[in-house]
Amino acid sequence: MCGIVGLLLKNPSLQGQLGELMVPMLIGMTDRGPDSAGMAVFTPPLPDGRRKLSLYSGLAEQGAGYDWRSLVALLNDALNVDASAVTKGNHAIVTFDGEPAAVKTWLNTHAPSLHVLSTGRTIDLYKDTGKPADVAQRYAFAQLTGSHLVGHTRMATESAVTPDRAHPFTAGEDFCLVHNGSLSNPYGVRRMLEPRGIRFETDNDTEAACRFLEWRLREGDDLPTALQRGFEALDGFYTFLMGTPSELALIRDPFACKPAVVAETDDYVAISSEFRSLAHLPDVKHAQVFEPAPEHVYVWKL
Amino acid sequence: MEALTFDLARDTVREMNKQLHSPGVALPGREVRVFNPDGAHNIAVGLNAPLNVIVHGHAGYYAAGMNKHANVSIEGSASTGVAENMMSGTVRVKGFASNAAGASAHGGLLVVDGDAGLRCGISLKGGDIVVGGSVGSFTGFMAQAGRIVICGDAGDALGDSLYEAVIYVRGKVASLGADAQVEPMGEADITTLTALLAAADMNYDAHQFKRIASARSLYHWNADAEQEY
Repeated sequence: MCGIVGLLLKNPSLQGQLGELMVPMLIGMTDRGPDSAGMAVFTPPLPDGRRKLSLYSGLAEQGAGYDWRSLVALLNDALNVDASAVTKGNHAIVTFDGEPAAVKTWLNTHAPSLHVLSTGRTIDLYKDTGKPADVAQRYAFAQLTGSHLVGHTRMATESAVTPDRAHPFTAGEDFCLVHNGSLSNPYGVRRMLEPRGIRFETDNDTEAACRFLEWRLREGDDLPTALQRGFEALDGFYTFLMGTPSELALIRDPFACKPAVVAETDDYVAISSEFRSLAHLPDVKHAQVFEPAPEHVYVWKL
Repeated sequence: MEALTFDLARDTVREMNKQLHSPGVALPGREVRVFNPDGAHNIAVGLNAPLNVIVHGHAGYYAAGMNKHANVSIEGSASTGVAENMMSGTVRVKGFASNAAGASAHGGLLVVDGDAGLRCGISLKGGDIVVGGSVGSFTGFMAQAGRIVICGDAGDALGDSLYEAVIYVRGKVASLGADAQVEPMGEADITTLTALLAAADMNYDAHQFKRIASARSLYHWNADAEQEY
């Protein structure tokens, strides 16, 4: 079991309250996912040519005491990329000039204990083990701002309870996916992708879905086409919720084994595993509430 | 008698259900109002007295499960397993119902004004279900007794592996399940269906429906079928 939550603000004047509206949604799904939690938030894009990485030091010896300032100084000395960091304990968003590949290669050599959570111009990503309320507090989720976000509460079934196996998963740039369910063919998908140069970081089934869909997007599919291919390639139980810089998307397996409910008003689209995570939202009593149909592609655009 | 009122923004579901089961509370004929259900699970489960319960909002999993004697009205939608294993009484959902609505109900009447999700009436054991809208795939799967009335359309594999439950559908059927077949409507069907539609306050003519029941070809093992059904 797991909980998924997503919120897309149609009314830009609410963007300052994105995190505040979301935190009760995430905490509301604690019963479905008490072991880990995570959040991907989409912010206004960096200027072309700038990129950011969300980095996690919880697997490093120094943990939350990681010396991010020295890391950034060393990175600038080595690559001269005008890097800077915004830090929250074991988490940092490092922003820099140029292609992410060079920075990632440098990190791999000089800071191998760091885990790259996300890459892109708009996505910031946080995830860690612990109760959703504790994780939300750790990273001050209530203060997050932006246009939309994707969150997850995890009750692990398919791989160990570790920060890197928590959701959201990311692949490529500015793409993330959360999953409620379990896939029956993740290793088949992985064996198909690895010879194409796609590298996996964990043994988690959701990572296979995330990398498959991002691969299709990179090959030129638009999101609905990629998701249609997902219905054919991915076997198992799933409700997937995905985020891109301008969209949230959702699909459910043909048996609708895992729940999802949507509440939509003029101001927002809110998605959750269960209505009890939506009940606090403003004017939800007048929202259009519905269950997404199985094997149907839902895309909500900004 | 004064109505019993619960506000689930303040009261716990467990405390409410305890009172609704309590031999110390005068329950028969009592009206019960539940405010701010906000998707909470297990609202009004296991009732065993002729109460009239009104849930003002959206209910979570298993609302009115195992209901006996009571009339429960959910003014919003109901999540998975509403009225599952109902024994008697009436449960009405004014919005939509999620998956497995009325699963294995032995008796009583479940009415869903909106759509119902997948596996509606799965393993039905004698209860009646009337859905005003459409139903998802695998509705009536292995249903043994009782009636399922669908005023809208049905998804895939309708009535798969049916036993003696009967399904009436007014709209389109995406596909029938194994061993389910369309049969002619008899006079008894019209009488039964007219009564069910009236009980559910659904304003349709029984003649607009078709009857789906078991071809009974799965009742006995057939070695010649080579597992192809």
